[in-house]
Amino acid sequence: MAVDKSIDAEPYHEGMEDIGTDTLDTVLSEASRIDPYSFSDSDVRRALSTDDLGPEDFGALLSPSAERYLERMAERARDERLRHFGNSVCLFTPLYISNYCTNGCVYCGFNSRNKINRAKLDLDQVEEELKAIAATGLEEVLMLTGESRTHSDVDYICDSIALASKYFTNVGIEVYPMNSDEYRRVQEAGADYVTVFQETYDPSKYAELHPYGNKRIFSYRFDAQERALMGGMRGVAFGALLGLDDFRNDALRCGLHAAEIQRRYPHAEISMSLPRLRPFIHHENDKNAVGERQLLQVSLAYRLFLPYAGQTISTRERPDFRNGIIGLSATKMSAGVSVGIGGHSGQNKGDGQFIISDPRSLEEIVDAIREQGLQPVMNDYVRT
Amino acid sequence: MTDDLVIGGHRFQSRFILGSGKFSLDMTRAVIENGGVQIATLAVRRANSSGEGNVLDHMPEGITLLPNTSGARDAEEALRIARLARELGCGDFVKIEIIRDSKYLFPDNRETIKAIELLSREDFIPMPYMMPDLTAARAMAEAGAAAIMPLGAPIGSNKGILTKDFIKIMVEEIDLPIIVDAGIGKPSQACEAMEIGCAAVMANTAIATAGDVALMARAFRTAIEAGRMAYLARPGRVLDKAEASSPLTGFLE
Repeated sequence: MAVDKSIDAEPYHEGMEDIGTDTLDTVLSEASRIDPYSFSDSDVRRALSTDDLGPEDFGALLSPSAERYLERMAERARDERLRHFGNSVCLFTPLYISNYCTNGCVYCGFNSRNKINRAKLDLDQVEEELKAIAATGLEEVLMLTGESRTHSDVDYICDSIALASKYFTNVGIEVYPMNSDEYRRVQEAGADYVTVFQETYDPSKYAELHPYGNKRIFSYRFDAQERALMGGMRGVAFGALLGLDDFRNDALRCGLHAAEIQRRYPHAEISMSLPRLRPFIHHENDKNAVGERQLLQVSLAYRLFLPYAGQTISTRERPDFRNGIIGLSATKMSAGVSVGIGGHSGQNKGDGQFIISDPRSLEEIVDAIREQGLQPVMNDYVRT
Repeated sequence: MTDDLVIGGHRFQSRFILGSGKFSLDMTRAVIENGGVQIATLAVRRANSSGEGNVLDHMPEGITLLPNTSGARDAEEALRIARLARELGCGDFVKIEIIRDSKYLFPDNRETIKAIELLSREDFIPMPYMMPDLTAARAMAEAGAAAIMPLGAPIGSNKGILTKDFIKIMVEEIDLPIIVDAGIGKPSQACEAMEIGCAAVMANTAIATAGDVALMARAFRTAIEAGRMAYLARPGRVLDKAEASSPLTGFLE
């Protein structure tokens, strides 16, 4: 029976699982009571002096007013980070194994109508890549594909994960949203961390930016973390692509989404990611533009509202920014990144999704972390 | 007269157990030396690494390792991590941490009791991290725990011994060392735990978040020793009002 939810631009496609949860309603209705543009300086100060921040406080910290309090937010974020994560910084690298995609995300380099070099690594090539990464000393890998169930089906993903588990203690995935039974298969193959970005939490903007493909179904994507946890995953990561729409509202909803999942699945490890669209030049009057100040504000607000949640900072950011943010709010960073297909073992078969801004090797990043008195950590989990 | 801490038949002179998970590894040695530490915990997940960041490479000779099962969500997982610790050469002590709550990191007493049974059968020396609950503590002792490690406050909170009254009851009722495991933020709070009869104090965040970690380690050592001496000296009764030095009923024949 086709599931048709009023929030979605079209009914569920065949095979998409509906888990009947009301998490989406809860998050969007809670968020609708909070307007990040409505908070004054005194609201921000109150939020900063509250021990356990509620959704309103989180909204205040995401407000334009709070931009004037970045330094105070940073001080408190640093303390929270130290309290919950000590001074360790986890390191990992993403491995792109296929860039075929059936979606039409208008902002994305992998968009199915873009003429780029498409490639999918066969399992031997995947293993070559894994070996090359493992040789650098990394122990955590994030396996990524474009969103094509035809080119990278669940079997292919599971086979690749099984290979990855031979070389890595920690394997995560960032692929298309799956059904809970598929997540269970992936978990049994050896990956137990799932990242899905909602991109934007505004359903109508979402429909506009995702004109076709499986990704068009807003609620199916939104429920991915929950299905992943039902499938036995240990942890889930959340992200809004900041700058697609109003970033303050997207960050608010993304944080509330993560908090609600933690409340419903208290054992789940929760992590936040902060991808952003870089602003064009002359963006001064664009309220959606996410400069470094705004990105830092979101990161600090996440840290204060979700002090227990991990936070990953992307190689899309420049080295100095990444060095600065890891001591304050971020807890995890990628290193030695190659976003092209086959780039780690010199196979260079397909194009990357975006351009990286931090090309440093693992060694250079380890040194930079140490220089700040922080501790690089390759492995934060024991798989038994 | 010696006043050793005895856990699972092993004797220790220091009553300061160090949690090693929150500061840079190259600080480990200085903290251990300044704190006079003989037992240090380590996360097996951090020791199971071949290269960068392996905590085992930073532990001084002669230290007793207390591997913990952090990351375990149930008893079976804790057992597997304990076996791995043994394979890594970490010995038989295991601090059981079973956490099914990512926000407050509260331990799951029910799974912990099961884990103690499993670990005892394989001759580990289980030291459970637990929510201070007398009934659960008794079950843990029964299951083969070598010490009981109740939390003083949420882990990392530095709030001190919010659970003081419950811990004191456990000290009185349980014939095993009671070691306050989480929440101790200041040397004065460590001292307080020792004064009420705890056998040892564990601290990690309090040291890691200090401006000078080595100096703070020394402050903890001194406070713990002072608290122990005070406990042994049996503090006088605390009175709400002044006690009249001449009896009020002295006029009676």
